[in-house]
Amino acid sequence: MNQPSTVQPSTVQPLVLGIESSCDETGVGIVRGTTLLTNTVSSSMDEHVRFGGVIPEIASRAHLDAFVPTLQEALHEAGVTLEDIDAIAVTSGPGLAGALMVGVCAAKALSVATGKPLYAINHLVAHVGVGLLDGAAGGGTGGLGAGGQLPDNLGALLVSGGHTEILRIRSITDDVEMLGSTIDDAAGEAYDKVARLLGLGYPGGPAIDKLAKQGNAKAIRFPRGLTQPKYMGTVEEPGPHRYDWSFSGLKTAVARCVEQFEARGEDVPVADIAAAFQEAVVDVITSKAVLACKENGITDLLLGGGVAANSRLRELTGQRCTSAGITLHVPPLALCTDNGAMVAALGSQLIMAGIGPSGVAFAPDSSLPVTTVSV
Amino acid sequence: MLILAIDTSAVASAALISDVAMEGVVESFATEDTRSHAEVLAPGIEKLLGDAEVSGADIDLIVTGVGPGPFTGLRSGIATARTLAFAWNKPLFGLMSLDAIALEVAESTEAQAEFLVATDARRKEVYWARYTLSEGQLPRLVDGPHVGFASELPDLPVFGAGGGIYADVVNANEEFSTTQPDAASLGQFAMALLAAGAELPDSTPLYLRESDAQVPGPRKRAL
Ligand SMILES: [Zn+2]
Repeated sequence: MNQPSTVQPSTVQPLVLGIESSCDETGVGIVRGTTLLTNTVSSSMDEHVRFGGVIPEIASRAHLDAFVPTLQEALHEAGVTLEDIDAIAVTSGPGLAGALMVGVCAAKALSVATGKPLYAINHLVAHVGVGLLDGAAGGGTGGLGAGGQLPDNLGALLVSGGHTEILRIRSITDDVEMLGSTIDDAAGEAYDKVARLLGLGYPGGPAIDKLAKQGNAKAIRFPRGLTQPKYMGTVEEPGPHRYDWSFSGLKTAVARCVEQFEARGEDVPVADIAAAFQEAVVDVITSKAVLACKENGITDLLLGGGVAANSRLRELTGQRCTSAGITLHVPPLALCTDNGAMVAALGSQLIMAGIGPSGVAFAPDSSLPVTTVSV
Repeated sequence: MLILAIDTSAVASAALISDVAMEGVVESFATEDTRSHAEVLAPGIEKLLGDAEVSGADIDLIVTGVGPGPFTGLRSGIATARTLAFAWNKPLFGLMSLDAIALEVAESTEAQAEFLVATDARRKEVYWARYTLSEGQLPRLVDGPHVGFASELPDLPVFGAGGGIYADVVNANEEFSTTQPDAASLGQFAMALLAAGAELPDSTPLYLRESDAQVPGPRKRAL
């Protein structure tokens, strides 16, 4: 008997339903403890294609119509009823305000209707929480927390259309720190904008990744943002943006490059530009991430977010982590992109840690800081 | 019959309406402001049920206002209503939110044979609809809902907060110059329609405006 007597059976292997609506994916996931039962996602991505980027109002409208069908499908796939659920978790930020509102209102209504406790949780930390699911950390069958313990020195690199961040996680339930982040566009946004410049369609990530394989990344050199000494500083005296990224200058540089070829009446070497752009993004992301890990004693790094699907990012992150002696964990792609399972996974961790629910009176917060794991 | 009515097209409100209670309204609440729906709606409904000592199983159907109204606020009520209806396995219907004010007009001493109902649509516009009223009948929607500039409304008395805001350019009824759509009236309207054997519409929102998204034009070439 090593369980404290106050622990209820449901806090040992809680059945948690997670709801995600911070961007363009309506996600409902269900986990039991650290076991994934279902990860059901409805995406409005197709509706954003003609705009070349996520349109918040269109995403919000799609969430409203997709939520109940997605919930229904998730319950069906997991073979559970609302009655069986021990708790509900929902992304309360950060994200698009109108989109978050739909998931939060639906989650609150579920809590009111069923009397089940509701946890309002941080989307960024949920991207890390998903790594704690059994088999989600890549490689073996155990998750990051196999054996009941997170790696002692865990970091997370999150790269998607909505974020580019490096985090340090001392405790997944109450001690997460932002080491660095983008100061303008997210990496995925930069991919979308450059893909549009090159006429490659939306979403830009897969299109550029594919074309880049036919191009010469060294044919052109694009700038790596925030890498000058005045931003980097030194280990002893870090500059203001040592672990931060900026992609807006890169996007401008690509635009100027395309214009120069056109002005000279030459064919635009689209594959070379795609390859060189991708190399610039991936180089600066991985070099700064690995630097942050080395200087903060991080020995295990989790890669999350939709851009984790990018072949060059995975390759270079893998190489640089190996040289630096860092163990890289990459969850399956369906768990890297925004989804409800990651929300449920983090909710489950909060319950198992004995943290109380959020109630139904909280407000969604589009800029929720990463230090607030649950509201 | 017990109806749970919800409307967030302007303020956030909810009500329990029964055909056996005095005046029909068992319990109700409404906020003053039009910006805090996500925080107040669920606690409000929870308290409503608690005060009335009613559980989901006791409710026969749910009615939600489907707007028109500012999008994010409007969706908070519809998302709530759809989820409650799913969780409790109850039928869900939607009523046009301006109907709530029209019913209050019909039941007041200010009633007119023909009138407009208007609410604030922001960006200097109003959501509006035209109703006619015959003795002893429910108000009848004859035009709308629309969204447009207050100065371009038909020349009829205007009821509701949309009239009050633009009292300088419309014939705003003073008694109703701050009235917002309210779930209690919406629920009573639904109850009356059902009693008259009418079929109620579904919960599809009435946005009236497209999303502001622009399809990007082709990039200008350097030459
Ligand atoms: Zn995300």
